[in-house]
Amino acid sequence: MSPLLQGIVTVILGVGGCVGYFFLSNLVLDRVIFPARGGDMGRNINRANVVRPWLFLLPALAALGLYLVYPVVGSFWRSLYNRAGNEFIGFDNYQIMFADQGFQTALLNNFLWILIVPAGATFFGLLIAQLTDRLSWGNVAKSLIFMPMAISFVGASLIWKFVYANNPDIGLLNAMRLFLGAEQPLDVLQLRFWNNFFLMVILIWIQTGFAMVILSAALRGIPEETVEAAIIDGANPLQVFFRIKVPQIKSTIMVVWTTITILVLKVFDIVYTMTGGNFGTDILPSYMMSYMFRDDGRATAVAFVIMIIVLPVMVWNIRQARAEMR
Amino acid sequence: MDSIAGTKPALRWAVNLSVIFLVVLWLVPTVGLLVSSFRDRDQISETLWLLAPFPVEQNFRIRAPADDAKQVNGAFTITGNIFGDEGGSILRFGGTRSNPTAFAAGETAELTRDRILNVQENGDFIYTSPQEIRRDPSIYYSLATPPDFSVENYQTILTSDSMDRAFINTLTVTIPATIIPILIAAFAAYALAWMDFRGRGFLIALIVGLLVVPLQLALVPLLQLHNQVGIGQSFLGIWMAHTGFGLPLAIYLLRNYMVGLPRDIIESAKVDGATDFQVFTKIVLPLSFPALASFAIFQFLWTWNDLLVAKVFLPSNSESWVMTVKIADDLLGSRGGDWGILAAAAFISIAIPLLVFFTMQRYLVRGLLAGSVK
Repeated sequence: MSPLLQGIVTVILGVGGCVGYFFLSNLVLDRVIFPARGGDMGRNINRANVVRPWLFLLPALAALGLYLVYPVVGSFWRSLYNRAGNEFIGFDNYQIMFADQGFQTALLNNFLWILIVPAGATFFGLLIAQLTDRLSWGNVAKSLIFMPMAISFVGASLIWKFVYANNPDIGLLNAMRLFLGAEQPLDVLQLRFWNNFFLMVILIWIQTGFAMVILSAALRGIPEETVEAAIIDGANPLQVFFRIKVPQIKSTIMVVWTTITILVLKVFDIVYTMTGGNFGTDILPSYMMSYMFRDDGRATAVAFVIMIIVLPVMVWNIRQARAEMR
Repeated sequence: MDSIAGTKPALRWAVNLSVIFLVVLWLVPTVGLLVSSFRDRDQISETLWLLAPFPVEQNFRIRAPADDAKQVNGAFTITGNIFGDEGGSILRFGGTRSNPTAFAAGETAELTRDRILNVQENGDFIYTSPQEIRRDPSIYYSLATPPDFSVENYQTILTSDSMDRAFINTLTVTIPATIIPILIAAFAAYALAWMDFRGRGFLIALIVGLLVVPLQLALVPLLQLHNQVGIGQSFLGIWMAHTGFGLPLAIYLLRNYMVGLPRDIIESAKVDGATDFQVFTKIVLPLSFPALASFAIFQFLWTWNDLLVAKVFLPSNSESWVMTVKIADDLLGSRGGDWGILAAAAFISIAIPLLVFFTMQRYLVRGLLAGSVK
């Protein structure tokens, strides 16, 4: 059977199975287990309503438990074992890893990414959101800047290969350098340390649209009166922006910032496609992939380090969500 | 802001110009890829894509036939025309491979061993040598070829590089992985939004927490699990993985949306005797269409563009490569210097997401806002 056909069959089976499960399980609950008739009718309805939420939640909780909760424990457990997975070695994987030059580079680079990409994307997003706010063709401009969001990281990397290429007839950057009087083309991807920043530019290019869309909505939500009052009091546009608008959308800026931070810790595609982690550009996700399929103990140890870096954001997110629900 | 921008034309100009500048900055790389994908492969390596509308100076070589040599005054001479009957316009020429465009058309080139070469702009050449000419001498020349746009790169990549197969594979991964989580998540989201039970707050916090769990953690344990239960690396495995990974966002988005639905409608339906199942299927689900659409678009873009999950959960052979893996693991190596082919491959892989993006941007934006702006 061709894979596509198999896919369509799966869709039908999956959707049919889900609908069938939800329908039948509710039916069984109401008719068989706690029938709403006879002497116990009232009690049965109440008992059915206690069980029902869990019927609705069961498939989702099962999938979440298996695919996201179990791996956190499973990965940690696996990282305590050796390469073959048959010998418990405690924290040796972590010890060896932290002593490894490649890991140190990846960790350091990753911190650079976490610092710069969210900052860059949020800065440009806010700038563009503010500039296009009252522009007649603002929506067109925003749509075009938002577009890279739809492009895969692999596609985006290829797009940027046409900017960074060493050959000045291919690479826009080197063509411009030569045009401006440089002697030799420069392979920016092999330029130690700085090459990291050229890779970050790609992710900033992709994520600015996301930041822009959200911040633009937040800017529109600012009460008009506060801005008008400031103008009447003689504030210039810059003061209005920094003193009146930015403080009011601070929490949204934080949300954007943290969302992009999380994303940075997932993206291995760009480094993988552009440099393959060579020339000192490795980051943790790409470093992990170089051990995937070769040394699962080491790979899970790297994954767990990523998890620990994410942890503060996770705690912050949960606290935000709880505060909101109250 | 209106009044300020309105009263100061200079400021308005500055704003317009900076936005134009930023838009161009953001668009240029993509346009470069698009233009390059339609250019002739020889022209790509001759001039930058910005110069694509202009003629390209390309080098060619022709061999003058030694049999035509005539002996005049002790020297051997070949005369002829480079273009034959077709006509053309020579820019530069040369007699050696190392310096193929050393002389301008019309000049007389003195080559080694007292040989002389003269090429006119119209292609007429005279080659003179004091010795007998045994082998056909090479004449190098350059001329301006008109810009050459075609879909040849696309044809090549789709036929000889089996990108069509990768396209089908991507589609195969994407469709079930987009549709199945929606339904599972919708029921869960309804329970979390409109049903009262102990532990609801905890579950919501759990979902928010799971939103940020790095995918990397899931790779090794789940692949192991899939291997143990016999799924192995297969389409079934990747569908399940994408479903699991997509659920937190799906539940979160849908719950946020469903909570905002008017309480009156749902309560009056319940008063009229509707069960939770009926309320969900007849009222909440249809009303939640915008949120369902937003999540569907997210999940579609995410699974279509994914490289990591496909690399781990699908077998690594050319029959199961999705487009991202095909480009990253195969084409960049085997077609590394073939820029036209690479550009066409990239464009095939991003065309559908771009189409979805531009037609359904409204839902995408709405989903983003529901997920992030509080």
